[in-house]
Amino acid sequence: MKALARPHVATTATTCPYCGVGCGIRARANPDGTAQIEGDPQHPANHGRLCVKGSALGETTDLRGRLLHPMQRGVDGSLQRIGWDAALDHVAEGFGRVIARHGPDAVAFYVSGQLLTEDYYVVNKLAKGYLGTANIDTNSRLCMSSAVAGHKRAFGEDAVPGCYADLEQAELIVLVGANTAWCHPIVYQRIVKAKEGAAPPRMVVIDPRRTATCEIADLHLPLQPGTDVWLFNGLLAYLFQHGAVDASFVDAHTAGFAQALAAAQADAADPAEVARICGVQLADLLRFYDWFAQCARTVTLFSQGVNQSSSGTDKVNSIINCHLAGGRIGRPGMGPFSLTGQPNAMGGREVGGLANMLAAHMELDNPLHRQLVQSFWQSPRIAEHPGLKAMELFEAIGAGKVKAVWIMATNPVVSLPDADRVKQALARCEFVASSDVVTHTDTNAFAQILLPALAWGEKDGTVTNSERRISRQRAFLPIPGEARADWQIVCEVARRLGFAQGFCFESAHAIFAEHAQLTAWRNQPFSQDGAPAAPRLLNLRGLAQLDRAAYDAMPPLQWPIAADGGTERLFADGCFAHPDGRARFVATAARPPVHAADEAYPLVLNTGRVRDQWHTMTRTGKAPRLTGHVAEPFVDMHPHDALRCGVREGELARVHSRWGALVARVKHGGGILAGQVFVPIHWNDQFASDARVGSVVNPVADPVSGEPEFKHTPVCVEPFPVRWYGFALSRRELAPGDLSYWTSIQGDHFRRYEIAHRERPAECSAWARAWLGVDDQDADWLEYEDHSTGVYRAAHVIDERIEACLFLSARPDLPARHWLAGLFAREPLDESDRMALLIGEPADPGAATGPIVCSCFGVGRNTLCAAIRTHGLETPAQITARLRAGGNCGSCVPELRQLITQVRAEAQV
Amino acid sequence: MNHARPRLVVIGNGMAGMRAVEELLQLAPGLYDISVFGAEPYGNYNRILLSMLLSGEKIIDEIMLHTPAWYAEHGVALHAGDPVVAIDRRRRRVHSRKGIELAYDRLLIATGSQPVMLPLPGNDLPGVIGFRGIDDVQQMLQAASAYRRAVVIGGGLLGIEAANGLSRRGMQVTLIHRSDVLLEQQLNADAAGLLSQHLQARGLSLRLKANTQALHGGERVEWVELADGSRIEAELVVMAVGVRPDIALAKSCGLYCERGIVVDDTLQTYDPHIYAVGECVQHRRLTFGLVAPVWEQARVCASHLARVGHRRYRSVRTATKLKVTGIDLYSAGDVIGGAGTEDLVLRDPRRGIYKRLVLKDNQVIGAVLYGDVRDGGWYFELIEQGADIAGIRDRLLFGRQYCQAHAAQLEATA
Repeated sequence: MKALARPHVATTATTCPYCGVGCGIRARANPDGTAQIEGDPQHPANHGRLCVKGSALGETTDLRGRLLHPMQRGVDGSLQRIGWDAALDHVAEGFGRVIARHGPDAVAFYVSGQLLTEDYYVVNKLAKGYLGTANIDTNSRLCMSSAVAGHKRAFGEDAVPGCYADLEQAELIVLVGANTAWCHPIVYQRIVKAKEGAAPPRMVVIDPRRTATCEIADLHLPLQPGTDVWLFNGLLAYLFQHGAVDASFVDAHTAGFAQALAAAQADAADPAEVARICGVQLADLLRFYDWFAQCARTVTLFSQGVNQSSSGTDKVNSIINCHLAGGRIGRPGMGPFSLTGQPNAMGGREVGGLANMLAAHMELDNPLHRQLVQSFWQSPRIAEHPGLKAMELFEAIGAGKVKAVWIMATNPVVSLPDADRVKQALARCEFVASSDVVTHTDTNAFAQILLPALAWGEKDGTVTNSERRISRQRAFLPIPGEARADWQIVCEVARRLGFAQGFCFESAHAIFAEHAQLTAWRNQPFSQDGAPAAPRLLNLRGLAQLDRAAYDAMPPLQWPIAADGGTERLFADGCFAHPDGRARFVATAARPPVHAADEAYPLVLNTGRVRDQWHTMTRTGKAPRLTGHVAEPFVDMHPHDALRCGVREGELARVHSRWGALVARVKHGGGILAGQVFVPIHWNDQFASDARVGSVVNPVADPVSGEPEFKHTPVCVEPFPVRWYGFALSRRELAPGDLSYWTSIQGDHFRRYEIAHRERPAECSAWARAWLGVDDQDADWLEYEDHSTGVYRAAHVIDERIEACLFLSARPDLPARHWLAGLFAREPLDESDRMALLIGEPADPGAATGPIVCSCFGVGRNTLCAAIRTHGLETPAQITARLRAGGNCGSCVPELRQLITQVRAEAQV
Repeated sequence: MNHARPRLVVIGNGMAGMRAVEELLQLAPGLYDISVFGAEPYGNYNRILLSMLLSGEKIIDEIMLHTPAWYAEHGVALHAGDPVVAIDRRRRRVHSRKGIELAYDRLLIATGSQPVMLPLPGNDLPGVIGFRGIDDVQQMLQAASAYRRAVVIGGGLLGIEAANGLSRRGMQVTLIHRSDVLLEQQLNADAAGLLSQHLQARGLSLRLKANTQALHGGERVEWVELADGSRIEAELVVMAVGVRPDIALAKSCGLYCERGIVVDDTLQTYDPHIYAVGECVQHRRLTFGLVAPVWEQARVCASHLARVGHRRYRSVRTATKLKVTGIDLYSAGDVIGGAGTEDLVLRDPRRGIYKRLVLKDNQVIGAVLYGDVRDGGWYFELIEQGADIAGIRDRLLFGRQYCQAHAAQLEATA
């Protein structure tokens, strides 16, 4: 009868904290700190579906590694717990002291698209209205500032014209620089569904890599990195040449067409030349141009492959130019569509949380806007000139110009380019505070004060997704330790700096209401009653008077939001946000990436996400379900390049540029062309010995947006010689010590360590016992050694349960980890398992499932291949029917398709 | 007696001689008139199982290979308890102790071996015995019921089995061994260490690296003096320090002998009418103490006696198993290794498991299995076949099951 006695726990509707798709979630807390998570069928972004990362959120909400109390770093470098008052005093004192001595531009905030709109709003207000500096920038600078700049240039304001529903109405979907299948899985699922529907759209993927997204594409253009502007200039010229330009739309609603066309024709009048420069087949290029010319209902989705470039803004505009030329904007099934990487990059943009914005889509360099905002805030001052953008900010810290920085919810030592310089800059910075949810990050290592913030599930506020949809993120977990909401922390510091008046918010709701009122403030086309007018698209007038209850119950809405609700599409009337109402064509002269490959650094480094990880892994690194797909940092490269560089698949390589180096496992098969390599962005010093790709990336940025060129750094790849390879699985955490290479991976009831070292231990057995901490000579310890091939394996058993195991070999030919990993969940071991411990696989090979492909249901590669082979399965749907794989989030469906092709090809040999 | 059939006389009613007779009867039943002389007053029994007889896990009937009825049934004349004392090669006749004189056309000598009795003062005291036959076991059993303390000298297979048996019979047993590892012919230090622990856990006292100086006593042995001067009380001393081929009879008739009776690849001695098999022979410098080569000798010899001889004896590799219940130990081939050899080693002390394979040029040349001997036979096959194990090296030590599962899997994916 226990079940009856349990109080009913309601589910809470909230949104996912990962990518910018902004899926709705229904969450319920479990007593053990984990949570039940399912997709919210009511939410218009996902209609109940969730990707694997979102589905696994429940595994990430426990308190392991959480920062639960304010901490201060002592002189010896260790962290000491302090009280909130002391911590807040320290921050206020640190900022106050620097401002008093060096002026407001000597302090800065570096914030994050992980913050809620309300948090963002108060910190932006503090910086620009009260401290009087625009030195507040955000990690959103790194992912979508080129889209922001492109939107502003073309439309007069930073606004995504369309909505997700356009995907279901399009005739042609073009994906540029977006591995949507992995990075925006639910958007991808919507495309898949559309392709399976009655009027399937054509799909073109433009990406140097043949990614999982290409699996359902009708055409893949593997263009050379950084040549996008040539491709789209070529398209504009082609549209013009083939009479596909909508002259009446261009005449009535745009300006600058002639200049844009001239620039396009100068670079790319001849498709053959474009094909040569972009490195694609002419026929493929013409097919894409032809489809684009024919299909009025075209959506062009673009993401980091476009934005993270030294010509990112021009890339964005070259895409928008083509949409404007055909009048393909503002109507169902069409439009350029920026996919944002973070849950609230858009919300941050809306409140002005970037160094070159003011607030509520008003501009720093517009005196009227400054006056409007200051009068609304009634603030003592207002920032007068743009602040330092992310890269500049850390350069200024390094140069001693910025002496105090407060970092919130982000990890710049991992994520910025030339990240070793960022490290050095923080090391020499006079005052560093960090608000975070975890204690140990590469960045927090440099903070003098650590402020515990509320995490997802605990905090409460709003976020905006890629289609301008504002959704409530709601708390459903108890507040742990002494953590506080970011906005509360900021308000407390503001109060201590003497600005109590502007920061006496009682709740997130109060902040949101002020923000909504600011968006509506003087937001009208013409001046009335002598009051100046500043028309903006961003207008939340309909939410400005929201009371607390209505805020709590607020449904997801797309801005602009009037009294009668939200807005699905912008620019339906052909009226844009420039003062003259016309959209702008931007003349985009194509230019190559800043640093070209050369003899010393002959390969081009591309970076990005993998399917099951997110950013610097503080959350996704905790979920065993997410660590199985890609466990280790890798460098994906073409086999020919590997041969040339003297590295081999499965072995370790050092990837280095003029700026820094990393070590990762060599891998093939990521669909990469010769001349390029790909390294994921996630791994950092908390999870690996030396895998921060940020340290390798060139510190080059787009001149307009300031967005770094993450997708193009010349590098050299060379072998990372080691004497042995190995791995350990252990219930306890192990200290990697001085191992030449290690990666730490969270498993289900264990941690996994992939290791390698330059020196072979003289006595493997003694070394293994010492590393695994088995001092007791009578411990239940099994070992196997083949000394001359350098093979050593050991297992530690306690009470017939596996405690740890270790495998070493001179070659990277170690047994698969999956079966061993499964033993940690089983107890006690049966005798046949014990026998098999040191071989790493069961006596019955059928019991080994192989590497996980479907993370949601934990279905392994061997299982899938066997089913495809045995039952002659031909479609992912058939696999799902039999094994469930692919039936939840669908993220693995492209891989299922690949496996089917592979198994069938093998069968024919 | 009608002597239309040729006469075969077998000297030695033991495992080797009788195995040859059995093989012969299968190949050519009725070819010879067969007579068998044996020193012991029993039918042929399995000497290997004497340890089990001692430990009480078997009774005499269970270790009998050929009962008197068997001899009668197969028309073999058995003279048990009546050893041959002389061979007249010129006249081709044998003389038994009881005075039987018998002519032969073919003579098979299978006199086996004698336990080595260390030349120590006191080695002739009552209560000092070897471990060779049923009589020895009976003496030990009598001692076990009358006395408390025993010493076994020699930590080889037989010594350990004797010590274990006596211990199971309730005696306090001290095992004295010259080397610092037990079974140094079969085990390396690691496995021997496990074995020592195991035996000690069963209540045996071990004195390794110990040399016996003398045996002392009056009417019966009373104590053993070691070279370091220490003294171990014992009313029974079993010497198990090895055997030597019993070649006294062969030598006395002038048959060519070195350490054993020298035979060729057909098991023929220097006298074409005389064959020899078992522990009494020497073949290409080797003498024998284990059963596998002896069986092979019997098979080859029988084929020549049957006049269908085309077989040749080649020295075979040997494998040994310790017959101590609860201790599984298997050893085959070269277990020590040396230059150019490689080792695979597995240790699971909690389960009392130790396995070691010695490899050379991608072939298994030796195996030591302790605690888990399931795959002993398979490793022995690999040793004998000289199989190339490169492809299964990383799973070889985990046994046949893993190697075959792997092979099956490879086949399935290919």
